[in-house]
Amino acid sequence: MKIAVCIKRTPDSESRFRIAASSTAIDETGLKFDIDDFASYAVEVALQLNEKQGPGEVVVYAVGPDAVQETLRKAMSMGVDRAVQLKTDSVPYDGLAVAKALAAELAGGGYDLVLFGKHAFDTSSGVVGTATAELLGIACVTAATKLDIANGKGTARRELEGAAETVEFSLPAAVTIDEGIARPRYPSLKGIMAAKKKPLETKPAQLGDVRITVKALQLPPDRPAGRIIGEGAAAVPELIRLLQTEAKVL
Amino acid sequence: MANVLVFAETRGVALRKVALEATTAARALADATGGGEVHALVAGPPGVGAVAEQLGKHGADVVVVVEHAGLANFNCEVAAASVAARVKGASYRAVLLGFSAQGRDVGPRVAVKLDAPIVADVTAIQAATGDSLIVQHPGYANKVIATLEVKSPLAVLSVRPSAITAQAAERTARVDTMAPAADPAASRVMVKEVVEGGKGKIDLGDAPVIVAGGRGLKAAENFKIVEELAAAFGNAAVGATRAVTDDGWRPHSDQIGQTGRQVSPQLYVAVGISGAIQHLAGMRTSKTIVAINKDKEAPIFKVADYGIVGDVMEVVPALTKAVHEAKAGH
Amino acid sequence: MLDFYNIDSLLTEDERAVRDSVRRFVDERVLPIIGKAYVEGRFPKELVPEMAELGVFGANLPEEYGCAGLNNVAYGLIMQELERGDSGVRSFASVQGALAMYPIYAFGSDEQKTKHLPPMAKGEVIGCFGLTEPDYGSNPSGMITMAKEQKDGTWVLNGSKMWITNGSAANIAVVWAKTNGDPSDKSIRGFVVPTNSKGFKAKDQKGKLSLRASDTSELVFQDVELPADAILPKSGGLKSPLMCLTQARYGISWGAIGAAMACFEEAVEYAKNRVMFDRPIGGFQIQQVRIADMLTEIVKAQLVSLHLGRMKDDGTFTPQQVSLAKRNNVSIATDIAREARRLLGANGILAEYSAMRHMANLESVYTYEGTHDVHSLILGQAVTGLNAFK
Repeated sequence: MKIAVCIKRTPDSESRFRIAASSTAIDETGLKFDIDDFASYAVEVALQLNEKQGPGEVVVYAVGPDAVQETLRKAMSMGVDRAVQLKTDSVPYDGLAVAKALAAELAGGGYDLVLFGKHAFDTSSGVVGTATAELLGIACVTAATKLDIANGKGTARRELEGAAETVEFSLPAAVTIDEGIARPRYPSLKGIMAAKKKPLETKPAQLGDVRITVKALQLPPDRPAGRIIGEGAAAVPELIRLLQTEAKVL
Repeated sequence: MANVLVFAETRGVALRKVALEATTAARALADATGGGEVHALVAGPPGVGAVAEQLGKHGADVVVVVEHAGLANFNCEVAAASVAARVKGASYRAVLLGFSAQGRDVGPRVAVKLDAPIVADVTAIQAATGDSLIVQHPGYANKVIATLEVKSPLAVLSVRPSAITAQAAERTARVDTMAPAADPAASRVMVKEVVEGGKGKIDLGDAPVIVAGGRGLKAAENFKIVEELAAAFGNAAVGATRAVTDDGWRPHSDQIGQTGRQVSPQLYVAVGISGAIQHLAGMRTSKTIVAINKDKEAPIFKVADYGIVGDVMEVVPALTKAVHEAKAGH
Repeated sequence: MLDFYNIDSLLTEDERAVRDSVRRFVDERVLPIIGKAYVEGRFPKELVPEMAELGVFGANLPEEYGCAGLNNVAYGLIMQELERGDSGVRSFASVQGALAMYPIYAFGSDEQKTKHLPPMAKGEVIGCFGLTEPDYGSNPSGMITMAKEQKDGTWVLNGSKMWITNGSAANIAVVWAKTNGDPSDKSIRGFVVPTNSKGFKAKDQKGKLSLRASDTSELVFQDVELPADAILPKSGGLKSPLMCLTQARYGISWGAIGAAMACFEEAVEYAKNRVMFDRPIGGFQIQQVRIADMLTEIVKAQLVSLHLGRMKDDGTFTPQQVSLAKRNNVSIATDIAREARRLLGANGILAEYSAMRHMANLESVYTYEGTHDVHSLILGQAVTGLNAFK
């Protein structure tokens, strides 16, 4: 199969973030950037699909400045065949603008499958994959936790809130990949050396109109000291309320 | 004066909680921009139109009902096409929907069909003037809050579930019916099966929620209350302390701590865990920590955002029940 | 991992990529099991296929032999990361690469290289290095193991070796022996000895309190018959095994930094979280001095090894410069491990933490591949021109 994987370069999610003096960007000093976690799952899924299904090609795409070349080579060190950088000075927050750049490049590429991470750690939006699929006019499945391709058709599982669904889709298709589907492999040392010799093409990104801009970035308030909210089962409703409204994790 | 359209998501013929939250946000936006109308579109199997009353109570002036026998399961392509068709035939300032499994699918498609910018996972709409909307959106796994400006006469916003509290804004919605703007049978993606509560085993490192148990559970068989709570969350993995894995109550691979896994989920629920430093080393970077323990002096309460002092055998089953209810959107 | 001096900016993209890949391997595969393996006194040999897959064995040897063909800085970073896991795991890779594969690469015939190196890179053939003898450690020129050439060109080997890492697990041993009754160290040659040869015995040394996650063995050769092509044709004199040791010591200088980094990170984490007298112990001056000292020594060691690696890649480094790096870095790592263990209080004696394991391991590293004292004498001689050995 011919598979494209669109990846993003994002900072290590374990980092402590500071806001840059401009207040519209994070301070990148000391941050370690790498392929986004979800994108790395997508790369792994692409490699496994082709290992299982026989010969094919896996191509990675990234929109961004030259720093993304390192991220593209990382994917190639995992086994991806070649890479394309869609060059732009910075990646806008506007997912639709990014999707337009990717769709312009992917159209006519003859891909059976275009994979994305479910979302990227930094913008945490999950727009680009679905919007790219829509621009390409192909099927799209978001947040897949399982993916099989057989006889020119795909089957995927996606988690819903408190439920899961199995979907069938036609090819070509775009699929955004959730966690838990595959642990990305370690780039082998030979893979790292081989990646240097694989083709990496750079083209200007045909971004659409950028209509979303960052006005300000802020850090959320500090974590409060531990507190006991109540005793026994009677405290459960209060806990649920706090998880929903304050922690926003439920 | 500008109208706002909501895609009100349903499962089967039942409205989902986030649909009311999006309606509340739409009501506020319409009011802020000169008192326009809120229209809500639902797409589902015959009978789904009955949700119009509920939507009206939360501020919808018009409910656009798309009923079709082929929409028993959620159909993203039909939903997106119908929303886009409705917008094209009228004048709207914005399309609002939930940032849910459905909303993630529908939002960007609608944005492309209308060539409108989209902000996902919005936690607040702060201002609306002319072609400009100012919204809040948490990025970097909630470690950074972004204030974004969207400049466009038409924008798509998906709102984070539970970020906005649904509020009553009583009115009787007029009902418009509409045929699906795409043939449900012709969709490129078809739902074959929906499994309620189903979830494969998630790795501790990947799980957004971890429920972990310690010696406070007293016996291996009591670990089932931990598993049941994890199942209620749906996206949770089960972890354990070293004492528990050493005693063979749980496999070694479940161990969280200095020598086990180091995790930082969105939510960590410590059940009967005292909070020895060796254990804290493996989980203290979790975003939100809940602790349930009998001993109010237990060190785990020093790091817990929310602590409940009590018998785990009493508190945990009650929590499991409450989580089930919250998840079901009641 | 704290990079206080932004030393990452001195590394190339490949070097960082190699380091990151091995780092992830160590975090995910080594650290979860190493404490238990150490207590059990067991080398975790289940890691060998994965290490081979990753490509760590002989990673600085050429690609034509199935190796990764990395430069020496990348190789050093691999050693650093492996020893951040455990000195025993790093020792396994050092011995396989620098002490078994390297001599075959440097002194072997084309046939020997083609035959042995690819399966060794794949971890299918394990090697060990036999130089040290029970009575000849720091003074290898006195060795008594002897190989005698037969009329048909084959060899017969007699003698014994001690403190041999991987000895009992090895499929082949690179054994250094004097030849044909000549007691001079000029007669020393290298031999590739299959460990299943008749008369070859390997026995694990028991009762170690250090490098417990590593096999250390005694080798005995009793009339071991070797084919004519067992000899490494380009080896000659004591300088051949010493060249191997220079390779290995270079890697050790990096490895020790890894052990020190592990202890430092553990100590800092502990100091920030351990509450005593109602505040984290990291807020007490005495612990801050400890931490500042550790950090300073680690940064210095990193710069020493990095520059040494650049010189090695340029072909300009000297064995004496390697001695300085090995001597310094292992010494500071030993001190850092002990200070980290003390900072950890009673918890520091548990195998659940790594400080005491590293502390005990580093006593071996301090002693092997040229003791700290021997390297002092090498440096003393390099500076004064005066030989203090005899």
